[in-house]
Amino acid sequence: MEFAELIKTPRVDGVVLHRPFLPLVEGTLCLTGHHLILSSRQDNTEELWLLHADIDFIEKRFVGSSGTIIVKCKDLRIIQLDIPGMEECLNIASSIEALSTLDSVSLMYPFFYRPMFEVIEDGWNLFLPEESFKDLESMTDEWRLSEVNRDFSICPSYPPLVVVPKDTDDDTLLKVASFRHGGRFPVLSYYHKKNGMVMMRAGQPLIGPNGRRCKEDEKLINATLRAGKRGYIIDTRATAVAQQAKARGGGFEQEANYPQWRRIHKTIERYSVLQDSLIKLVEACNDQSHSMDRWLSKLEASNWLSHIKEILTTACLAAQCIDREGATVLVHGTEGTDSTLQVTSLAQILLDPSCRTIRGFQALVEREWLQAGHPFQHRCAQSAYSSGKLHGEAPIFLLFLDCTWQILRQFPCSFEFNENFLVLLFEHAYATQFGTFLGNSAAERATLKLPQKTVSLWSWVNRPQEMEGFVNPLYEPNSLVIWPSVAPQSLQLWEGVFLRWNRSSKCLDEAYEEMVHIIEYNKELQKKVNSLRRQLAQLETEGSPLHTP
Amino acid sequence: IEHLINRYNAKNPAIGTLYLTATHLIYVETYNDTRKEAWILHHHISSVEKLPLSTSGCPLIIRCKNFRLLHLLLPREKECQNVYQSLLRLSQPVKYEELFAFLYNPKQNEQQRREGWAFIDTATDFNRMGLPNDYWEISDLNKDYEMCSTYPSTLVVPKIASQATVMGSAKFRSRGRLPALSYFHRETKAAICRCSQPLSGFSARCVEDEQMLQAISQANPNCPFMYVVDTRPKLNAMANRAAGKGYENEGNYSNIRFNFQGIENIHVMRNSLQKLLEVCALKSPSMSDYLTGLENSGWLRHIKAVMDAGVFLAKAVADEQASVLVHCSDGWDRTAQVCSVACILLDPFYRTMKGLMMLLEKEWISMGHKFTQRCGFLDGDPKEVSPVFTQFVECVWNLTEQFPCAFEFNERFLIDIHDNIYACQFGNFIGNCQKEREELKIQETTFSLWPFLLKQQEWYRNPLYKRSVKSGPLRPNTLPLHFKFWCGMYNRFDKGMHPKQSVLDLLLALTQKKTESERKMTDLQRQLAVADGVLQDPAGPTQPVTNPIPSTDQLGGDGNCVTKGASKNLNSELLCTTNERKTSESESALTLSKGKAVSVQIKDFRKEVQGSY
Repeated sequence: MEFAELIKTPRVDGVVLHRPFLPLVEGTLCLTGHHLILSSRQDNTEELWLLHADIDFIEKRFVGSSGTIIVKCKDLRIIQLDIPGMEECLNIASSIEALSTLDSVSLMYPFFYRPMFEVIEDGWNLFLPEESFKDLESMTDEWRLSEVNRDFSICPSYPPLVVVPKDTDDDTLLKVASFRHGGRFPVLSYYHKKNGMVMMRAGQPLIGPNGRRCKEDEKLINATLRAGKRGYIIDTRATAVAQQAKARGGGFEQEANYPQWRRIHKTIERYSVLQDSLIKLVEACNDQSHSMDRWLSKLEASNWLSHIKEILTTACLAAQCIDREGATVLVHGTEGTDSTLQVTSLAQILLDPSCRTIRGFQALVEREWLQAGHPFQHRCAQSAYSSGKLHGEAPIFLLFLDCTWQILRQFPCSFEFNENFLVLLFEHAYATQFGTFLGNSAAERATLKLPQKTVSLWSWVNRPQEMEGFVNPLYEPNSLVIWPSVAPQSLQLWEGVFLRWNRSSKCLDEAYEEMVHIIEYNKELQKKVNSLRRQLAQLETEGSPLHTP
Repeated sequence: IEHLINRYNAKNPAIGTLYLTATHLIYVETYNDTRKEAWILHHHISSVEKLPLSTSGCPLIIRCKNFRLLHLLLPREKECQNVYQSLLRLSQPVKYEELFAFLYNPKQNEQQRREGWAFIDTATDFNRMGLPNDYWEISDLNKDYEMCSTYPSTLVVPKIASQATVMGSAKFRSRGRLPALSYFHRETKAAICRCSQPLSGFSARCVEDEQMLQAISQANPNCPFMYVVDTRPKLNAMANRAAGKGYENEGNYSNIRFNFQGIENIHVMRNSLQKLLEVCALKSPSMSDYLTGLENSGWLRHIKAVMDAGVFLAKAVADEQASVLVHCSDGWDRTAQVCSVACILLDPFYRTMKGLMMLLEKEWISMGHKFTQRCGFLDGDPKEVSPVFTQFVECVWNLTEQFPCAFEFNERFLIDIHDNIYACQFGNFIGNCQKEREELKIQETTFSLWPFLLKQQEWYRNPLYKRSVKSGPLRPNTLPLHFKFWCGMYNRFDKGMHPKQSVLDLLLALTQKKTESERKMTDLQRQLAVADGVLQDPAGPTQPVTNPIPSTDQLGGDGNCVTKGASKNLNSELLCTTNERKTSESESALTLSKGKAVSVQIKDFRKEVQGSY
């Protein structure tokens, strides 16, 4: 298919662009296969380059012979284009609609994007499972790397290589896979070096209405328990929901068959509820007209912060079981690709200082989200302005980023990255020139040949000149486990995402720069003092013969 | 009195000892060799509640005006009753003489006490604004507090208003609180004036009052009209008409633009805070409980109303160059809030530590905000108590959140001022008006708070503060979503709720470290210079010496020194920039002069180096 077919009018002059907190720009609007471009053709004004993929929804309005298109983006920005000429406006609108909802992944921009920078370190090779397994091997010999899923036939959403208990052979894994939702047999998610405890994740057990059991499944997870110790199963669903799942062939581990495990149910909502929550929240944030009471009641009704609280609480619980109770933990919900990953990844941020570094966080996203089979393509196909029938869209990853931001806010010195880095990941999960977040699983990424055909986000972001903007100047490595507060008073609306386009950030940016300045200046000063000390010491030693009478 | 008691707290009950002294309740808890002490001023206790006896003991709940909440469980009923009775008595003094300020002796001499009181003089603030001038004069018509007993003795009124006009207007205003200037905006010549409601009833008029408003309007040559802002909801103002009070009839006054701002009265505010505190005290609430509770308390709505009114004033003055006359009912609660918010928005001076002190002295203390009654210093009518001042402080905090570089002080400054008001340790806020303070001989018998706060100014400093270069008012965003719950105030003692690492402390530590490093650097440079001058050329791989530089000030010269000089010069530039950035006058004076000395020295040296090439 040629993009040209979809572009009915490639160019319109005299278009006026309205953006929040920026002056109007009048110029020429151009549509290309992947971008909407508005340029005033003057040297000093910024051009607008908007990826079609970033467009969530458009609205058309007509006054007389001219039209207005309101473009609502997945990064929550809303811009307005005033287009002279009814026909042009209609053409542009329908072109944008077509181009922003392309079905085929291989038509996406990452397949066409050629980097304008030299790739020094290829992000596609940065976080290979075999490499991270080497680290694990240096700490424990109780685990092995299994290739049972090398052709993705056992579990389509798992990567080719997974870490499983050493004594569990591949045949057992095959049997366990048939007992777990989506073939997602329990695999290692995290090894807590401090006490050797582990966190595993899986899909729900398929016990069904008749309480089917699987000896191999029991044996597999029991193999991770220390003698005489109990483990915890954290089911991210409410008890009632887990009960209902039995009727559909799913369910939970029954006490009788798993006597060494204590099961705890938490209530992390499913994706459709979360999508609804995002839509309501963003609507509340964008409505400038309401009173204080209405704002607070809409904020409450969106339930967004309740979800944040619940997810964080569950992650704290998992971390507590591992670090405080010295117990092994297995986490699952239904599929094990959404709430499960929120919990396992956040728990690691609390437990493992390396996840709070930039590389470590990238590795976490790679390991616990991309490799673990979070269906990014489905979940991020639409954002807060989506309407009509949805197909599994949900802000699961955004909630994870928001929770991370909440922890960062409470421990502002314990993270190597700053808020901008989290915002960046949010943007790129939804619309991007990079291939990292394309596809729904490792299998899909392999079929699409993403590493060969697209550029990794990490290749770009890890360049020193880009990284500069994402480094937290306050960072002091903190080797401790961190325990955030989950009291409602401690959780806040993530303004950096939800109010980003509704407020001027001038004063906050200024404050940030001032903070960076203070810190940089101090470092500089310290360096000078040290170098002066050295000089003095040098002079004194060199000159000492002269001083000795 | 000593009691062994058991504090119960849903999460971590602990055992400790309770002591009552003349001024404090002290609770000491020893747990695993760590000793924790809570000192609570009796004046800070707002209520003591005795709950029914339970099997584990006799529960006592102590609520404090600084939002601390204490649950005590005393083992024996009789002790509990005794403690309860004592606390009731101690926390509700009946006479001014019982207040802490009259006992407090910080070991200062009379001279220091007097200097302390002279430190903030509201007269100097009017001078700072450029008053008196062609339009405004300082009047002593109220010198004996006869015209208005709750106003200060000196007032700023329009020059063209005759004595008869001023006095006539006072008679037409509730409690004689006539229109007087609160802030004069030099750039636009617009003024903010304040007063109480007119005694207009349904139809009464007063020529002098009309002349007075005319005079205020005419004192501003830049705008043909003035605003009259009634900060109350329209309904309240209308209800007042029946009592012979009310609001200005636009038809009777020439060129006024009248509007209502809808800030609720003290009773609504008191109840609102009560509800807010109930939300804060909830034991592990859900997000929904909390947000619904926050909404139902209405607290943030009231904060927004005060802020909105302040913004209205600031915009009128700065953007429309229009003068504004503000009142509510008596003009000592909402009017004080609104005028002072506007002053902070308009004038960067009020965003400094000293400026805020001045503003409190001027708009609150001197203009007769009834601190004794509103803060319930003495056992009195509980219906007079209201968190009017707390709301103002919260507005300022909201502004510091939106403008992190615009204020010289940090959150702790606001909280400590707030707590000190209730503590009654210093005399500033005792009494309801200036006249009463003079009768109480506050300045002769108590100490002023301000010098004590300034002694700790490093603790209160905002490290991000940038003295504003361009004037122009702050323009806060007042959409509801920009008002946050002030956890640092209302859940202050729930330490677990707060960020676990403080950026403020870190930056303040760096600021301190900076001063030390700069001193050290200067010191090292001097040592290095001396060493350098004394020593011979260190033989090295650097360029051979071809042209030894004649040294006048013992700064020896060789190839090495050129690079050293350059690096020193860089240092001195660093120093200069920091000195410009310095905000504290006294502290930095030392480093400033040191820095200069070094930089001059190095500049000279550099000239020599360059000259020699």
